[in-house]
Amino acid sequence: MSTNMNRRDFIKVAGMGAGSLAFATPLFDFSKGEILAPDTVPGMYAKRTPTYCEICFWKCAGWVHTNDEGKIWKVTGHEDDPHSNGRLCPRGTGGVGMYNDEDRLKTPLIRTEVGGIQTFREASWDEAFTYIADGLKKIAKEHGPECTALFSHGSGGKYFGDLLKAYGSSNIAAPSYAQCRGPREVGFIATYGEGVESPERVDIRDTRCLVLIGSHFGENMHNGPVQEIAQATSKGASIITVDPRFSTVASKSKFWLPIKPATDMALLLAWMHVIINENLYDKEYIEKYAYGFEDLKAHVAQMTPEWAYGITTIKPETIRETAREMANASPRVIVHPGRHVTWYGDDTQRLRAVAMLNALLGSWGRRGGYYYPEKVNFKKYPHPAFPKPARTWKDAYPGKFKLAGLALASGICDATVPTTERDCSFKGWIVNGTNLIHTLPDQANTLKAIQALDLLVVIDTMPMEITGYADVILPECTYLERYDNIRVSKHREPTIALRMPAAPPKYNTKPAWWMAKGLANKMGLGHFFPWENIEEKLDWELKQVGTSLEEMQRIGVKKYKREYDDLYPMQDLEDFEFNTNTGKIELYSTAMQDEGYDPLPKYKAHEEPPEGYYRLIYGRAPMHTFSRTANNPNLTDLMDENSVWVNPKIAKEWDLKNDQYLWLENQDGVVSKTPIKVRVTERIRFDSVYMVHGFGHTNKKLTRAYGRGASDADLITRVHIDPVMGGTGMRGNFVTFRFEAGKEVSS
Amino acid sequence: MRYAMAVDTLKCVGCSDCVVACQTENDVPIGHCRDWIVEKTTGTYPELQLEIRSERCNHCANAPCVRTCPTEASHYAEGGIVLVEESECIGCKACITSCPYDARFIHPEGYVDKCTFCIHRVEKGQNPACVSVCPTHAMIFGDLDDLNSDISRAMATRKWKSLIPEAGTDPKVFYLI
Repeated sequence: MSTNMNRRDFIKVAGMGAGSLAFATPLFDFSKGEILAPDTVPGMYAKRTPTYCEICFWKCAGWVHTNDEGKIWKVTGHEDDPHSNGRLCPRGTGGVGMYNDEDRLKTPLIRTEVGGIQTFREASWDEAFTYIADGLKKIAKEHGPECTALFSHGSGGKYFGDLLKAYGSSNIAAPSYAQCRGPREVGFIATYGEGVESPERVDIRDTRCLVLIGSHFGENMHNGPVQEIAQATSKGASIITVDPRFSTVASKSKFWLPIKPATDMALLLAWMHVIINENLYDKEYIEKYAYGFEDLKAHVAQMTPEWAYGITTIKPETIRETAREMANASPRVIVHPGRHVTWYGDDTQRLRAVAMLNALLGSWGRRGGYYYPEKVNFKKYPHPAFPKPARTWKDAYPGKFKLAGLALASGICDATVPTTERDCSFKGWIVNGTNLIHTLPDQANTLKAIQALDLLVVIDTMPMEITGYADVILPECTYLERYDNIRVSKHREPTIALRMPAAPPKYNTKPAWWMAKGLANKMGLGHFFPWENIEEKLDWELKQVGTSLEEMQRIGVKKYKREYDDLYPMQDLEDFEFNTNTGKIELYSTAMQDEGYDPLPKYKAHEEPPEGYYRLIYGRAPMHTFSRTANNPNLTDLMDENSVWVNPKIAKEWDLKNDQYLWLENQDGVVSKTPIKVRVTERIRFDSVYMVHGFGHTNKKLTRAYGRGASDADLITRVHIDPVMGGTGMRGNFVTFRFEAGKEVSS
Repeated sequence: MRYAMAVDTLKCVGCSDCVVACQTENDVPIGHCRDWIVEKTTGTYPELQLEIRSERCNHCANAPCVRTCPTEASHYAEGGIVLVEESECIGCKACITSCPYDARFIHPEGYVDKCTFCIHRVEKGQNPACVSVCPTHAMIFGDLDDLNSDISRAMATRKWKSLIPEAGTDPKVFYLI
């Protein structure tokens, strides 16, 4: 334990374990998988094994091709998979780089102190498990097991989640909720009684008009929607893109609305005004399904395009023309809810407005709008009931975030910093596959929380920054070397997909299921993992849905027929009871009203950048996923650093040249730890700068990523918390240019 | 038989999947590529246009690289695919200098390397790796002599251009615009 150390120093995870031998384990049977006829390289006989991708969370199913020496050669999409339709994105195609990365974590490591200097020592798995089990037992005894939390963003997290529940805590958080799509789910649930979910239930394939607000598909390479956008536009669909940046998809759009950032709500309200006042809404649909139309009509009566023009800088005729474009396509129109929507702190309300606009256009539950997905009823291998935790993370926030549907990663982080107001702060974190240093806003706060922990366990494949703060690091093998839970997809057609190892784990790395089961045994919780090995568990589960592990090893993906004929349940105005208080689509939200939030979304002016500062907008590049791919040799080869996009007018004012390096400093005086290259481009508004998220790594052991580009997370110190569900609005930060490093030199 | 490729610039999002697929398929060493992405922005905010292209060797019918190669390592193969015979290449770089498209590089093993249209796949009736992975189906490969091929039909019905036509190389990679 770190209790004998005064503070938790960041340790650069050395290439320890480099001497460890790769070892094959009898748990894996590599004779499985389909042997193919001689494949495409002369003289090379290939075998393929099924997988689903772990580079992002679209989880496309694919095939891993190995040569006759068992070396992984390439990964391709699975033709029967609705997530990939046989084609992976660049990250999935480059997934082999994750396996080949020589900077991977190689063996378990435990924090120790030698001559006053903290360092990691190599440990056996048994030692590491004993250390963790002792630490968790101590926390349970002194504070209660619910003072331990799991942060997870990856398939392996499911096993650690079961471990945590068996131990007595339900505090399981993914940054994909409060730092990403949470407000969208809450906004849609308040309107339709159900969320958008993942993969998003948008019927882009058959739409006639797609409206994107800040979404930058093509740069954000979520595979399904990117493919379907190309399909839809080939059939004549139009795209309306709202973005202060001329994104790739903006360049493919019929209308690009270069909006002033932070004013989207005004545009949404004005669109609703036009659609109602010009009688463009779907009257039958609204009459049959909606609650509160008259309230909405009165609410937006004064929100004219002229009113919105003054706020958004979008011309009134453009607002009218685009509203009519949507109405002409109705109901085959999608005002897309986006995915990363934690922007300004009123995000649930903005996503409510998006949901309501879709309702006016009659697109929910209709072809070319939003479909009703279905998944297989998948039974998990039986285990004893988990104990009921005495408390949950919500007890740290009495009366707040009342509509949060999932645990808040940021909320748990905040509740780890001790205060006198709480009787128990979090004492233990288990972090699997998420680099919280880059994922959570306000790094200083995250580091403060980490210093207050009794135990920090990090499970990862790479020496991400978070590993430097761990007490114990467990090296996970990559998705190409392991089994995980079956992917059970909710889509137009239900499917399941298998991930199995295509090669033995390199180095002394292990799959999550093996670690969680081993830890459970060590903690006397082995009965919660009652299967002998993963094959037995998966085979039992697969047999409940009419297949088997043996069949899935051959076919990879299995499609099922829908049980319900309700892909578009409102297509012909069929009777439908929504899961809301009124049983209707709630334009006026009774749930929001009951909890004391605005039942109809209001426009609220957000802070604007001071003179000489620019709004920091961040986004995605097609070849990277967050910060997790920044060291992947194949993907780094495509893009090895980010740049800051600056409008030429601003560049002239500051005398900035293309490719010059500078530092960014935010309104709180925080300077980026690393310099960033300037890209002077017309594609960004004069009041904003743009950068791709995921760069600026400070751990030298990420040899390709270290010091390349800058981290937007460094600069996000103003966090605007969504009062409805606790989302962390991160677009309220302003930066200026600096020509020398800040005091904080990179570690 | 005249093999050709058309890249639909209206569909291409510049994701580079074609680049990484080529790298893994053909074991192209990290740090080199046989195909690449070009993005060209024109106009002034907010009146802007963006063209994105996936580029590679143009497999020219009148190829300067073949003409300048002193050892005949650069040659025309079946269907007009321009190839380099590694064993005959002396690495003199005459072809690299003569190529107007900058499509060639020196492989770390000393010979000149470039796009082969994945001839090993094409011979088996498969598409080149880049075409087979493209998420937006932005690339079409096929035989221009077959008037019913997807590429012939695309060329007949869509507006297209080729790169640096003034070089007179008769390129076989086209861009649908």
